[in-house]
Amino acid sequence: MNDLVPVSLLVNGVRYDAAIRPWRTLLEVLRETLALTGTKRSCGEGQCGACTVLIDGRAVNACLYLAVEAQGKEIQTIEGPAAGDPVLAQIQRSFATKGAIQCGFCTPGMVIAARALLAERAQPSEDEIRAALVGHLCRCTGYVQIIEAIQDAAGALARDAAPVAARVGS
Amino acid sequence: MRDETMREFQVIGRPTVKKDALAKASGRAEYADDIAMPGMLHGKLLRSPHPHARIVRIDASRALALAGVRAVVTGRDFPGVRYGNLPQTRDYLPLALDAVRYIGEEVAAVAAVDEDTAEEALDLIEVEYAPLPAVFDPEAAIAPGAPQLHPHAPGNVSAHTEFQFGDVEAGFAQADHVREDVFETQPVKQGMLEPHACVGLWEPSGKATLWSCKMSPYVVWRQLSMGLDLPPGQVRVVQTYVGGGFSGGKQEAMPMDFCALLLSKRTGRPVKLVHGMDEVLTIGHMRHPMKIWLRTGTTRDGRIVAQHCRLLANGGAYSSIGGFSIFLAGAMLNLPYRVPNIRYEADRIYTNNGFCGALRGHTVVQMCFARESQLERIAADLGLDPLELRHRNAIQPGDTTANGFRVGTFAFDECIDRVAEMSGWREKRGRLPKYRGIGLGCGAHLSGARLMGHSASAAELRIQEDGSIHLTTGSTDVGQGVETVMAMIAAEVLGVDPDDVSCTKVDSASTPVDPGTFGSRVTLFTGKAVERAAEDARTQLAALAAERMGLDPGELVFRGHEILNRNDERQRVSLKEIVRYGAFQRGRLVTGRGVYAAGDEKIDFRSGYGNLSPAYTPTACVAEVEVDPETGHVTVVGLWGADDSGTPLNPLAVKGQVIGATVMSLGHALYENLIRVDGRVMNPSFRDYKMPLATDIPPLERFKHANVLTWEPEGPFGAKEAGQGAGTGVVAAIANAIHDATGIRFHRLPMTPEAILRGLGRVPEAKESAQ
Ligand code: FES
Ligand code: FES
Repeated sequence: MNDLVPVSLLVNGVRYDAAIRPWRTLLEVLRETLALTGTKRSCGEGQCGACTVLIDGRAVNACLYLAVEAQGKEIQTIEGPAAGDPVLAQIQRSFATKGAIQCGFCTPGMVIAARALLAERAQPSEDEIRAALVGHLCRCTGYVQIIEAIQDAAGALARDAAPVAARVGS
Repeated sequence: MRDETMREFQVIGRPTVKKDALAKASGRAEYADDIAMPGMLHGKLLRSPHPHARIVRIDASRALALAGVRAVVTGRDFPGVRYGNLPQTRDYLPLALDAVRYIGEEVAAVAAVDEDTAEEALDLIEVEYAPLPAVFDPEAAIAPGAPQLHPHAPGNVSAHTEFQFGDVEAGFAQADHVREDVFETQPVKQGMLEPHACVGLWEPSGKATLWSCKMSPYVVWRQLSMGLDLPPGQVRVVQTYVGGGFSGGKQEAMPMDFCALLLSKRTGRPVKLVHGMDEVLTIGHMRHPMKIWLRTGTTRDGRIVAQHCRLLANGGAYSSIGGFSIFLAGAMLNLPYRVPNIRYEADRIYTNNGFCGALRGHTVVQMCFARESQLERIAADLGLDPLELRHRNAIQPGDTTANGFRVGTFAFDECIDRVAEMSGWREKRGRLPKYRGIGLGCGAHLSGARLMGHSASAAELRIQEDGSIHLTTGSTDVGQGVETVMAMIAAEVLGVDPDDVSCTKVDSASTPVDPGTFGSRVTLFTGKAVERAAEDARTQLAALAAERMGLDPGELVFRGHEILNRNDERQRVSLKEIVRYGAFQRGRLVTGRGVYAAGDEKIDFRSGYGNLSPAYTPTACVAEVEVDPETGHVTVVGLWGADDSGTPLNPLAVKGQVIGATVMSLGHALYENLIRVDGRVMNPSFRDYKMPLATDIPPLERFKHANVLTWEPEGPFGAKEAGQGAGTGVVAAIANAIHDATGIRFHRLPMTPEAILRGLGRVPEAKESAQ
């Protein structure tokens, strides 16, 4: 049990060096070794999306991803500084104001999924939003307010990007 | 309507963002599995592979010899005291002692330096079992000669309820039409995303503290003290964030909780246990599978004159709250309808399956499926419009039901009208293309049950010298938004903002004792206690301010963090100035207290008579479905609901509650089913236990909900429950819509594609599938 391997991970712009067992998942290493517990452990087998993080901008299930595989890549978790990422900050605000958060256990994964979606499509349709959430379970909300929050975030970001004159009346 | 409905509120009724929303959205909320303590060990549970067996011998020596293992405990290490919810249902043990009664029952626990080592150690514990004959089906379990699970329950009857109101025989004799149907429902899981998790710490002083994601921490506190045979004062339960509950294991003490504490005692270290999702889906607390025989008599014009229901519930191996579960199904049998003559007989049967308990909507959901499916058939038999049939029988505000519910506000007729209008019922019913259909289902729920034992709530509120308010209650925010709503109530009374009010999570050492979160009781019971606590504080503040301002307390109003002279608003003083004046000059601290005890009357469970709840919520739902005749797949293309939840305090949260409950019931109707073969759960993963996804709900423009507003005098600021009622009519609405689309009448849930194809004659009738 002492066959540890060194890993060097870049998480939210911070480099972490650690010695881990080679079969540890990224989820386990984030939560247990790096004490970044914002990423949630639920099903542990790729079915619920609660553990979603961004790796090089792509949403992945950290419970299915070996930590050693994540070396040399940029990992972004829910703890990522929202100040440096206005899109993330807007998504978080919209989730709050639209009532998309109940127990909050799915929320970090949902927010990260929304972040990946809006990076790909700034103005997704309702169906595109649903499709982007298909790997994410939420038992509390029934999804309606989550979809509305993502629509709201996309709208708010578009307004922010628009010239001031075009914003009058919005 | 009372003029209070006309009152202008500063806080109540405005969509208010949840207090913890940003903490949750940024990963800062600490759930039980997020806790790390210095030196903390990790525990795992060994589970029975047998549905029924005697434990002959347990040998943990090889496990203890494994490097990294710190302790192993078995049932013998506990005092052997059985615990449970009600005195007559104490059949739980912290770990199995002499026998196991279902696959997955806990027999031993290990603490080790990490989870992998603990897991490895489980394989090294040797348990010698002597298998016993097992029984899985309730009808087989009550047959003579069946294997017996518990010595205290001959015939495997875990609980029995029966009652009768009115003259049922005379009622049926009057009927022009009588229908009898049998319905069957399946085991359904809570499906919360957060697995049960806890950390136990047994200090050398003897104090045992459990941090856990509990909805009802005080129930856990009592049960821990019972099962550990400790005085309650030595046990402390601290609530963490709760990642979804929906009743079940977060309502009670579980073997993991006992083991975390005892393993901590053995090792002198904090010990954490977290269930894997396979464990969560295997162990107890599913929704009771039921067989419901329902006989209803009506007059020619559709008035219900009598109902007789017999119910057999598959309770699994232990009681949980099951005695109440079957009582409730009968107590709510007729709501939201006027039924003068009722007879109800129910048995909950022990079988060698994972045990059943409460789950959102409790047993009302199953009963509504049966009754509303049958009403649809009655409407067809009598040639009546299904809406009209409901209207003719609707309970009216002020009614007392045959079983003694004193109904206050109850805008059921309006709910039916609203869903009909929103869904376009009259344009659609009978006019939709083939394989498309529309159906109605109705239901009702309580705003908290007046249970025997502990049913009151209390609140304490302290105003700090900066004018901020510190509120404590014994209720838990499980995501439904209790903290926010309680802060809103206190803020409204005291003329401040919800942000000025901070709430604490439950800590049995310091918060007021409370039954916890279940039965939709919190908004009403705790809300009322908070309102009274805030009023108490306001009275104290008014006395101080009156002194200071030379006015009569009755002349004062509270608004915008100030206390004002109602006759001359230029005369005003800030709230915090008065708090400081009281504390510094007068030695009077402003601390408000309030309780809500729901009256003295108690339900007599033997007769079933009495006013079960302070308030009742009626609900109606219309579903529109499309059925693919090739695949049997059902798409829910529209869902419209209407509830009378009184006056919503926080519409943003109410919307989340009703939509959430609705979608959960959609899963119950179409997908969810814990499949068990000889007691073994065949689908203990989210891959195989399918819950609704974002792609399974109707488009937003066809998924709507309306609150029919009433002002419930029993509730705080006119409010009633919102989190469960909305889900009660949905299953039947979908079943009735599928019938409208295909002509297939489902008597058994879930309504899977295979079952649809069978109904359409596309595939041959399968052999009796396992339940
Ligand atoms: S925990 Fe990774 S997908 Fe569920
Ligand atoms: S908010 Fe609870 S699971 Fe989504």
